[in-house]
This record gives sequence, structure tokens and C-alpha cells, in this order.
Amino acid sequence: MIRYVFIQSRDPFEAREPQFLEETAIAVKERGHEVTVFLVQNGVLAARQSTRRLERLTQAGVTLLADNLSLRERGIRNEELAPSVQESEIGTLVDEIVQENTKAIWH
Amino acid sequence: MDPPYESANSTTALRIISAALEKGIDVNVFAYEGAVCLPLKDQAPHANPVKGTSVEEEEHPTTKAFISSLLAMGKLTWVNCGLCVDERGATNVVDGVKRGSPADFFKMASESTNTLVIPTK
Repeated sequence: MIRYVFIQSRDPFEAREPQFLEETAIAVKERGHEVTVFLVQNGVLAARQSTRRLERLTQAGVTLLADNLSLRERGIRNEELAPSVQESEIGTLVDEIVQENTKAIWH
Repeated sequence: MDPPYESANSTTALRIISAALEKGIDVNVFAYEGAVCLPLKDQAPHANPVKGTSVEEEEHPTTKAFISSLLAMGKLTWVNCGLCVDERGATNVVDGVKRGSPADFFKMASESTNTLVIPTK
């Protein structure tokens, strides 16, 4: 099993590429790998529960983390987050990346 | 990464590097294209005429200062792509920044636990 860490930095409302990342992450998860999506910069705009942007990733069992600084910069409060999203430090991303058998993919 | 002040990618990259160094992890950076300008020594902080603040009051951050601070923590190797440097005339960089080639990037990736590529625009 390989661990995949997808780092999503792009605004989900601006382009369709984040949807491609979502489909890729789910496909990898369905093949038995461990998958984490770390939302950062404008990527955290998907983290609000009201957007319902992360439902498919949640249903697939993907771990969802959101960078706390990016959330604060955009005025997104913890109570607004989808329940499946965990607010995280950038150091948590480092911990994820340095694990053995891990592929880190920036988008 | 991108050139200074053009995207949040470079800021996030510097945060990741800082967090890794604080955890005692050895970090190699291979900067290419416009990112070779991040450690340029000629960068200068500026006042903010919109807010009416002076240089001192503004405390404008420069990427060269961030990189110098990270290099001072030890365990960081920063290599600028030589071809990208020559194209941009970006030779006057802060102490500790090295010059290299994509072969250095290959060597870094081969010897590291993991590699994260943050593409340019």
C-alpha cells in the first residue's frame, strides 16, 4: 500500500482542475491506498460545509485536512467547516510527507 | 515555486520548509525559473504610502530575509538553477545559496525520503 498526499491549493470555484484531483484521489483510494487531501491557500474555500464540495471525498474515506493559516486568511471559522475536515498546522503536512512509501502531489 | 510576491505558493513553500527544519528534518530546495529570484540580495523593504507608514513601521517582509533565516537554522541546502539564474541575471543572492543544475535536483530526489514538486505557473 502506498500513501498519497494530495495538496490542493486551487480555488474549486475558479477552475475544473480541483474536480480532476478529486476524481484521482477517489480512484487511488478505491485501489486500496491510503489517501489524504490537504487543503491550502484558496483550496480551503471548499472546506465550508455549506459548499458541499467535499462530499464525494468524504464518502470515499479520504482524510481531509485544511491549513489553519489559509482558513484564517479567508475568514473561515472552525464551526463552518464540513465535519469531515480537520483544521491542521502546516507541520502536520510535513509529518504526512515524510512518512515512508508516501507520494506527495501538489496541485 | 514562483518569483517573489507573485503567488501564495512561495509563501506556503517557505512555511513547509520552516516547519520541517523546526522538526529537525534535513531539507533540500532546488529553485528554478522565477523562484531563483526569491533570495536576491538587492530586495529592499518599502514604506506603504496607502497606509502612510514608514519603512520601519511597515516592516515589509522580503523573501531574501525569510531564506536567510531558514539557512541560519542549519540543515537547509538551497540550490538555484544556474541556467535560470543566468537568464534572469539573478546572481547577487544572500549567503548560503548555491548554484546548480537539474542534476542536483535528481541527486536530491534520489537521496531524500520524499520529494515535493511545487510547479511554477
